[in-house]
Amino acid sequence: MSEGAVNLTYLIAAVCFIVAFKMMSSPRSAARGNTISSFGMLLAIVVTVFHTESLNATLVASALLLGTGIGVWLARSTPMTGMPQMVALLNGFGGGASLLVAGTSLHAGNATGLQAIIATGLSGIIGSVTFSGSLVAYGKLEEWKFLEGLRPKGHQAIVATLFVLSVLALLPMIVAPPGEMWFWISSLIASILGVLLVVAIGGADMPVVICLLNSYSGLAAATTGFVLNNSMLIIAGSLVGASGLILTQIMCKAMNRSMANVILGAMDASTAAKADDVYGGKVKSASADELGMLLADAQNVIIVPGYGLAVSQGQHALKDLATRLAARGTKVTYAIHPVAGRMPGHMNVLLAEADIPYDQVKEMDDINPEFKETDVAIVIGANDIVNPIAREPKGNPIAGMPILDVDQARTVIVLKRSLSPGFAGIPNPLFALPNTLMFYADGKKGLSDLSNALKDA
Amino acid sequence: MDQFVAALTIFVLAVFVGFEVIRKVPPPLHTPLTSASNAVSGITVVGALDLAGRGGVLVEVLTFLAIVLAMINVVGGYGVTNRMLKMFKKG
Repeated sequence: MSEGAVNLTYLIAAVCFIVAFKMMSSPRSAARGNTISSFGMLLAIVVTVFHTESLNATLVASALLLGTGIGVWLARSTPMTGMPQMVALLNGFGGGASLLVAGTSLHAGNATGLQAIIATGLSGIIGSVTFSGSLVAYGKLEEWKFLEGLRPKGHQAIVATLFVLSVLALLPMIVAPPGEMWFWISSLIASILGVLLVVAIGGADMPVVICLLNSYSGLAAATTGFVLNNSMLIIAGSLVGASGLILTQIMCKAMNRSMANVILGAMDASTAAKADDVYGGKVKSASADELGMLLADAQNVIIVPGYGLAVSQGQHALKDLATRLAARGTKVTYAIHPVAGRMPGHMNVLLAEADIPYDQVKEMDDINPEFKETDVAIVIGANDIVNPIAREPKGNPIAGMPILDVDQARTVIVLKRSLSPGFAGIPNPLFALPNTLMFYADGKKGLSDLSNALKDA
Repeated sequence: MDQFVAALTIFVLAVFVGFEVIRKVPPPLHTPLTSASNAVSGITVVGALDLAGRGGVLVEVLTFLAIVLAMINVVGGYGVTNRMLKMFKKG
């Protein structure tokens, strides 16, 4: 194949990627878009395999098959509740691949000229941060105990120093290319940087981190494109980079925090009110039977899912309850906060898995005006995203964060295991409101108890 | 230098295209978007394939690893995206 034909095929692949992202603007066309995107990828891979000279065919074929096999296995075996972990893991592999490609390129004498050397070094740094950071994110999402509460003293200073060192380590490469050893030293420092960046980040900030790492994996691919002077790598990489950045922005806005604050800052709960002052004698709880009777009389119900629903794998029990409510003529809708769960859109996927139609699932801004005309709001395993204290302009860690206005509903049922604080570490005055009833239970168990109570009511 | 500027031009334009196109993806599809873009970032497999023929044991080992990692990323990413998108149904 001629160089021109190969590049034309790359252009077709790049167009496939762009068209696919465009088709993601609606759930109806998104699945077809995904097929188009994967077709573009296949095209690019096949053309490259046939174009590259003196390939070790057996070796390359076995690598392709091995990766495909593992990929298929991971895609099939991951439960829907494990999606955040899966995305983090795959992200890490992408970053690792970019790092290896940059290293190989340097070794093969491919990187000549100042720009190519700098691009190689940057590709190594970004790839390493993505690789190690994503693996740590994976571990944190899997709740590996040894990753908990690690925030070394002077965290910000260490992070800054490591970043500067990893960049400085590139200087010898530039002065006396190729300087392979320095490339790997810089990448090693960047790997440690990736670990430290992510290890200190709390669970509820994970959506931001996942988006950011996603963006990095795209940037790593794009810089590899600069190294190899391959425009398709640049295009595909920058699309991913842009996608990750957009999502990062959305997540940060939904928490009213800056990116720097999420990455480097720690939540300070010390200014918030004491739990005893907020809750003392004011919290009412109810049994499943009492709540069943309450729900039996409700005309309309809004359900607010949180991470607790995912943890308890209660999505199918929730669907059962909703079906039972709908059978009695009750209108059921779902309200999703942008940062509910551990990755953007986490709750939507969870509800979709339980066959809940997406047109019953509403965004925060669309549903907030409806709470005041709602009989019952059921909050399941969520906390900070419904904390009315966030409406205060300052004085607490979540001040200014947009929330779901559940407290405006006639009655609020909060299904939660205990009064323990959410990620922000502050008490929630919602639980002590006169129109709030606490229902202490595990998400899944509580939902099926409610279902049964409703059947008998 | 010319080559670099050409590459930079493509990069900048592609970022703009990315912003315009992806901004329109609605929040319910943000998880599939993340996993799909994840799969696209596995495009580095093309870079690894491109280098695989350069000879030398080290090149073979490094590109082998890179191809495996990137393919897991590509296939796993598209696979989970497909699984998720198939679940989204209208009432």
